[in-house]
Amino acid sequence: MNSVILRAGARLLALLLVIFSIYMLLRGHNAPGGGFIGGLIAATGFVVFAIACGTEDARRALRFDPGSIAGAGLGIALLAGIIAAIFGDNFFTGQWLFINETEDDKGIPLSTVLVFDIGVYLVVLGAVLSITFALEESV
Amino acid sequence: MSWFLSLPLIIPFLTAIAAYLLRHSASGKWVSVAGSALGLVASIALMAIVLDKGVVAAQMGQWAAPFGITLVADLLSAVMVLITAITGFAVAIYAMGDVTEAQERLGYHGLFQVLLAGVTGAFLTGDLFNLYVWFEVMLIASFGLLVLMGGKEQLDGGVKYVALNLISTIFFLTGIGLLYGLTGTLNFADLALKVEEIENQGLLTVVAMMFMVAFGVKAAVFPLFFWLPAAYHTPSFSVSAIFAGLLTKVGVYALIRCFTLVFDHDIAFTHTILLWVACLTMVVGVLGAAAQSDFRKILSFHIISQIGYMILGLALMTPLAIVGAVFYLVHHIIVKANLFLIAGVAKRLTGGTEVYQIGGLYKYAPFLGVLFLVPAFSLAGFPPLSGFWAKYIIVKATLDIEMWFVAFIALAVGLMTIYSMTKIWAEAFWKNHPDGIEPRMEKLSNKWAQLLPIAGLAVLTVFIGMNPEPFVQFAERSAAQLLDPSDYITAVLGDAQ
Repeated sequence: MNSVILRAGARLLALLLVIFSIYMLLRGHNAPGGGFIGGLIAATGFVVFAIACGTEDARRALRFDPGSIAGAGLGIALLAGIIAAIFGDNFFTGQWLFINETEDDKGIPLSTVLVFDIGVYLVVLGAVLSITFALEESV
Repeated sequence: MSWFLSLPLIIPFLTAIAAYLLRHSASGKWVSVAGSALGLVASIALMAIVLDKGVVAAQMGQWAAPFGITLVADLLSAVMVLITAITGFAVAIYAMGDVTEAQERLGYHGLFQVLLAGVTGAFLTGDLFNLYVWFEVMLIASFGLLVLMGGKEQLDGGVKYVALNLISTIFFLTGIGLLYGLTGTLNFADLALKVEEIENQGLLTVVAMMFMVAFGVKAAVFPLFFWLPAAYHTPSFSVSAIFAGLLTKVGVYALIRCFTLVFDHDIAFTHTILLWVACLTMVVGVLGAAAQSDFRKILSFHIISQIGYMILGLALMTPLAIVGAVFYLVHHIIVKANLFLIAGVAKRLTGGTEVYQIGGLYKYAPFLGVLFLVPAFSLAGFPPLSGFWAKYIIVKATLDIEMWFVAFIALAVGLMTIYSMTKIWAEAFWKNHPDGIEPRMEKLSNKWAQLLPIAGLAVLTVFIGMNPEPFVQFAERSAAQLLDPSDYITAVLGDAQ
């Protein structure tokens, strides 16, 4: 599709969607959101970009091959499960680290659950994009 | 300790990721082989633990038993995981000489390892919904493998395969939903306790039938088998070998697990249906094979007929019959995967799989002929190979409870199996090639990669056949665990307290 308005708008929209997807990813532990939804939203951003500017530009904007992103995401998710071994827990037991913890405040919680969600985010992003790019290119 | 249960799953996933990221380099296949070797070590370790300690269970994420996901390994699970690793290792080596570079670039090795992980997960899980998830992992990976670099024929087979498997999935999910509504749990061990308290036993039987259909499609039993011969002869040979060896057996395993542990409330009804299904599966499979002339199609129909024997073992539900079913499962995976691998070599040497249009293998590649005879005779049930003992136990079990007719069918089907194997032997091996081609071994680009796994599996077949005693004893212990699931239940739920 060759339209100046769409191309100009798509750049902005793609940026907004990717930022919003990261927000969704990070709030996911206690509120609606998470890696899966975040990944889908980010993928939507790149799909909008691909429709407006072509998949070649979209692939360049993504920098990495979508299949490899999905593979790396799977690796990160798996790593989040394996970390539990260091602490002698079962596979996929969540490990938590509270920064600046006080008596009545938990501080900033960091966990392997978030690492797992980041992995899911990348798997969904990579998988959806490799499918849509392939479809877009064969049309 | 719990990590011994997780490792057979973690290793193939890690291997898959590494192999996928290395798909453009030549080292991808070596990663696959190394990962499969590691997986084999992990599954041997698991087997050693289960032999030593009995049923072991681990709660993933440390969520207590009926709520979280449990991994359980009893003897049946452990032996299935082990045999999956053995077959996976053999096929990973074979793939070095079989899979093209173009297929590798599309991620063949990654998908293959994900498939192994899916199969292993299905054997290890102690949770019905998790079993569904592993089925999906398997389905996605196997669909990818089916259509990889394929043309029209592969897509045709792939679409049939996926469509029918999705129907099975719908039955499976509906059954899971109903069962959860009835009992409020999906953990196998917890289900085994809760189903006894259900008042509406009629509805439970309906749910049982839904699972029978769902797993029946996966296991390719009569009358739900038709996706199998439509799909298994199309992909590359290493893919069809791993499919033939493992995928249907996951369905059989799920049937055995569910219909010994959960749905044993109305054996007179459910297991009678299984009995008829088993007999018809045996007969239809072997008759279907007789009508085929494609190497892999003949073998595909024989998968179906052999599945019948395993289901027969489950249907009879006597200790000896379950022993037979377990023994049969193990023997069949080795033999069938091996026959498909041989078909691949035969295709490479002679240029085809239509047995009437090829030939000359015995004259120019006699070693392959010997390697073919081992699994072929084993499949037909010749003593002293593994198939003889498997059939012997099943037939003995039917005779013990005086089911003469069923015993007759089992024996007759065995006889007709010989017919198909002789057809392959006479056409592909014995007669000269109609086009005058000399199928010499030198034609193989990577000869040892293809022949070593075949020889290894053949040696295993002979070894089981010559030494049946420890294997039968193992199957007896495994059958005892299946028929008296109290160990299984305490291993899973006991950890929670």
